[in-house]
Amino acid sequence: MQCYLGVDIGSVSSNFVLLDQLGRLHTKIYLRTEGNPVNAIKEGYARIKDSLSDNITLKGVGSTGSGRNLAEVLLGADVVKNEITAHAVAASHKYSDVKTIIEIGGQDSKIIILKDGIVNDFAMNTVCAAGTGSFLDQQASRLNIAIENFGTRAVKSRQPVRIAGRCGVFAESDMIHKQQMGYPVEDIIMGLCEALVRNYLNNVGKGKKIEEPIVFQGGVAANTGLKKAFEKILNASINVPENYEVMGAIGAAILAREHIEQNKTTTSFKGEKFILDGDFKTSSFECKGCPNLCEVVQIKRDAQPLAYWGDRCKKWETSLDSQCRLKIV
Amino acid sequence: MKITFPRMGNTHIPIKALLQGLKLEVIPPLPISKKTMELGVKYSPEYACLPLKINMGNFIETLDQGADTILMAGGWGPCRFGYYAQVERDILKDLGYQFDIVILEAPDSRLSELFKQIKKLGKNVSLFEVCKAIKFAWYKLNTVEQLEKKLEYILARVADKNAAEKVYNNGLDAIDKAGCYEEVAFALRSTLNKMEKLPHHNRILLKIGLVGEIYTILEPAANYNIVNYLGRLDGEVIRSIYTTDWINDHLLGGKIKKSNHQHIINCAKPYLNYWVGGHGQESVGSTVDFAQRNYHGVIQIGPMTCMPEIVAQSVLGKVSDEYGIPCMTMYFDEHAGTGGIYTRLEAFMDMLQRRVMEHNKHKFDLVAGRN
Repeated sequence: MQCYLGVDIGSVSSNFVLLDQLGRLHTKIYLRTEGNPVNAIKEGYARIKDSLSDNITLKGVGSTGSGRNLAEVLLGADVVKNEITAHAVAASHKYSDVKTIIEIGGQDSKIIILKDGIVNDFAMNTVCAAGTGSFLDQQASRLNIAIENFGTRAVKSRQPVRIAGRCGVFAESDMIHKQQMGYPVEDIIMGLCEALVRNYLNNVGKGKKIEEPIVFQGGVAANTGLKKAFEKILNASINVPENYEVMGAIGAAILAREHIEQNKTTTSFKGEKFILDGDFKTSSFECKGCPNLCEVVQIKRDAQPLAYWGDRCKKWETSLDSQCRLKIV
Repeated sequence: MKITFPRMGNTHIPIKALLQGLKLEVIPPLPISKKTMELGVKYSPEYACLPLKINMGNFIETLDQGADTILMAGGWGPCRFGYYAQVERDILKDLGYQFDIVILEAPDSRLSELFKQIKKLGKNVSLFEVCKAIKFAWYKLNTVEQLEKKLEYILARVADKNAAEKVYNNGLDAIDKAGCYEEVAFALRSTLNKMEKLPHHNRILLKIGLVGEIYTILEPAANYNIVNYLGRLDGEVIRSIYTTDWINDHLLGGKIKKSNHQHIINCAKPYLNYWVGGHGQESVGSTVDFAQRNYHGVIQIGPMTCMPEIVAQSVLGKVSDEYGIPCMTMYFDEHAGTGGIYTRLEAFMDMLQRRVMEHNKHKFDLVAGRN
């Protein structure tokens, strides 16, 4: 069987999927990045490899997420795409008529508006990370609730309390206040969910026409409390796809398939020996070439430098290969 | 007297030529580096917009190099810029620097006043020499701009983007160093030639209109080099503001070359009928103009908290809906992480590209007699 690997290296989680040629999900792996994307890529790939049976060949690799360039260097991706395109592709693959995608991840939240299956408009959070996975994680641990149970606890609420959604810090102090007043935890966390939805709609979704069908994906879609809050406030039904947490990786895999099939090329995947046997080290140094003093990041496999990035003049980025390559850092 | 001035894009090249023509010793501002940013941010009010912070960094660096006179532009109207020079002078004096500051006020269409201000700057220079200096500086400015436009055009098309940037940078250096008309003309000609010889790719080309606040548009350090970044993604950028146009429209009353300023203002109606300060009205008008000329998308940029651009942004949604042209707004402040900025730009370009592909497919189907 021929498969495509999709990799989504995010701030909080790193996801890996294998899709077959018809776009069916074969394997998915969801890992915590834990601030070490290099390890996450290695471990993720090792786990993917364990699930590979002998008759599977890797036809292509796609990477996305904030660590997409790193994934490209380590794996040899055929396609390196931003998260917005990847999420849109994955959602419209599953729901061909989707018009609105709500995607909330570890640090980013996005809204994507589609028209006839292609992205027509999008927005990302700019100033406030309230409502993203990291904030929910933090609040759950403060209330001593496992993040997995956050949603199920929230939907038990009968009377959500009102919490300010303008800003994460205000939301937190409001929550503490309501807690000290003696409100039940369920009502507080459901109130938080509603506040975060209002925050999302005001900050990210402002000025956008949210039309059905709506798809809610990203790690935070696991939170049934938020789904319920979205349904209540938008007065619409919300679809959460089965593989909501790895949709970015699915999108990357689909894009890799498109790329390979359209261009009739073979994959630039570097092979499992390259990833599993090598010792990857990242280091940074200050380039003293001009007063800019750019912080240049270097990635080495054993003693061999693989990539540089971070310099404004591209002196380092282009030092390894003469052909023009796009690096987005 | 050692004179200095703030940096804005490539304007330091003609300004240097002008001041040297006035027989002044010039300490040109250094390229805006991380250090410039750090100094500026440290000594500016936190809520001030990015251009003021960069100016401050420029001034501190050149004053430390021995400059004793600052040349700065003034202004009026709702934009905070009009007050920059005053604030900057006060902060620098508080920091203990000894210097004079000359503030050139925009006379808006009274050329003679500006001329007088420039003449007063020069020491012991004749009227003839002043005219000569202005003319040469204007010539340099035009050449620099021709080069900028060429890069915007060519970067989207060439296969080797690094080579194009290198040729361009070398060309700018040569123009900066050129001391007479012939040298400038030669530098321009040879750079343009080299740029034209670079081989092209055959991918989809996108035309992007760049609108917004003047400093952010002109200074790559204030916009994270958005023009080149888009060019590297095969986007041909046309700006709503070029320095020569601005000087022609705002300082010379549109007398020196053909101006489309009135057309842009007319385009802004009925979306924004009033001058809201800065380039708010122009941003809206230019977006309409770009849409009418079938551009693929418009990006609006400005410094964070820029009031005129915020006003324009609130209107752009409607323009975007009615003309069906995608618009994206980005505000810049001092970020170290550029990932978020480039992710958005890449996603925007991807979106436009997929729209074009869909459109072409549709056209192809029509021609082929399919639905």
